[in-house]
Amino acid sequence: MLYQQINQNKRKTVLLVALFSVLVLVLGSAIGYLLNNDFVSGVIITIIVLAIYVPITLKTANAQVLKMSGSKEIQRKDHPQLFGVVEELSIAARIPMPKVYIVEDPAPNAFATGTKPEKGAVAFTTGLLDRLNREELSGVAAHEIAHIRNYDIRLMTICVALVGVIVLVANIGSRMMLFGGARRGGGNNKSNPILMILAIVLVILAPIAAQFVKLAVSRNREYLADASAVEFTRNPKGLINALNKISQDPNDVKEAKEATASMYISNPFKKKRKKKSSLWSTHPPMESRIEQLKNM
Amino acid sequence: MLPTIIVIAIVLILAIFLITSYNRLIKLRNWVQEAWSQIDVQLKRRHDLIPNLVNTVKGYAEHERETLESVVEARSQLVNGSPQERIDADNQIEGALKSIFALSESYPDLKANENFLNLQEELSTTENKVAYSRQLYNKSVAEYNIKRQSFPTNLMASMFNFEGEEPLSIPEEEREVPDVSF
Repeated sequence: MLYQQINQNKRKTVLLVALFSVLVLVLGSAIGYLLNNDFVSGVIITIIVLAIYVPITLKTANAQVLKMSGSKEIQRKDHPQLFGVVEELSIAARIPMPKVYIVEDPAPNAFATGTKPEKGAVAFTTGLLDRLNREELSGVAAHEIAHIRNYDIRLMTICVALVGVIVLVANIGSRMMLFGGARRGGGNNKSNPILMILAIVLVILAPIAAQFVKLAVSRNREYLADASAVEFTRNPKGLINALNKISQDPNDVKEAKEATASMYISNPFKKKRKKKSSLWSTHPPMESRIEQLKNM
Repeated sequence: MLPTIIVIAIVLILAIFLITSYNRLIKLRNWVQEAWSQIDVQLKRRHDLIPNLVNTVKGYAEHERETLESVVEARSQLVNGSPQERIDADNQIEGALKSIFALSESYPDLKANENFLNLQEELSTTENKVAYSRQLYNKSVAEYNIKRQSFPTNLMASMFNFEGEEPLSIPEEEREVPDVSF
């Protein structure tokens, strides 16, 4: 059951990233068609933007997330138990010991960052540390370490960067159409009107579609991280109890931003934690996560 | 001309197969060794922590001699002997430590002693590390053995004498459902 789920999740992820890449390239060619009347130039420009934007995002993501969340690094003497728990689970996951951060916040939550395991970091809120016992804390730490080991953070960072590129390219495209369209319109009769309309629709819809794909990837990775957490601890109970405690807490994480919401173990914004699964949610509903854990 | 190209291609494919499967076996075997050295480090750590614990507990519960002695006795086995012997000693210690921590319930002073609490946390994290390392060790052994035995890598394995590895077994008594009495 466990390994099946990990494999299934990995397949879904490959599919989603492939979908993303197609979306970016189609958008590029559509804009190229709208502006230059050919499909190739737009694709080339998009690939150039991607080649610059994605590596920069990957390089700076770590530091940015940690800075934005208001977390500070701790040493073993500051919280021996937490340090011990993280150390234990990085042995189980065969990754180097990540850095440990604490966020001063009463809302119980946690997140991980690190585009590769050597640069991993895990952060826990003080609200979480106050409320959970050792077993539950192990469950949460295992979930975060699973994100690092499964390269989820790199995947999510790439997704965020791709959404960024799509929004950027679509923006440039629509501006150029608005301002350049009239000037160019007279002399250029070669373009097919149906293709024109399709291209315009694409420029409008692509950013929205990209957002959906990103959120779908995010939801998927949560299930996978839950499954891997059980692989490490061999104990679903700790994580189940922790998720129950986290979902019952009414507080929002103060320093959380929309951009970082998908990094947390549970959605940091309480009012957005819906009962039903929605295309707009960053996380799967808590009930179905707990249900899956109980079935392991 | 064409036959030479085909021969060269076959030789190349064979060479690539030989190199990758040899490297894969080496990597998996090293992982097994690395997982064992993790266990080794933790067992040593446990060995070093035990005298401190015994001294702390002695001050409060001198007459619990039997429990303390059983810990000290098993301790020496932690750093000597075959892997399975050392794991058995570790299991023995685990049981004895549990009774020491249980015994602290009847000594409120001991239970409140900060030194004791620190030791308790350190020993339980070490215990977990041993458990996780054993899990990782057995997983690595399984991965290595599967690769070693499956076709066509098994041809490589027998050619270069890649020996099988034994997973660590758990003691019989832990397989049974524990007795709970009130």
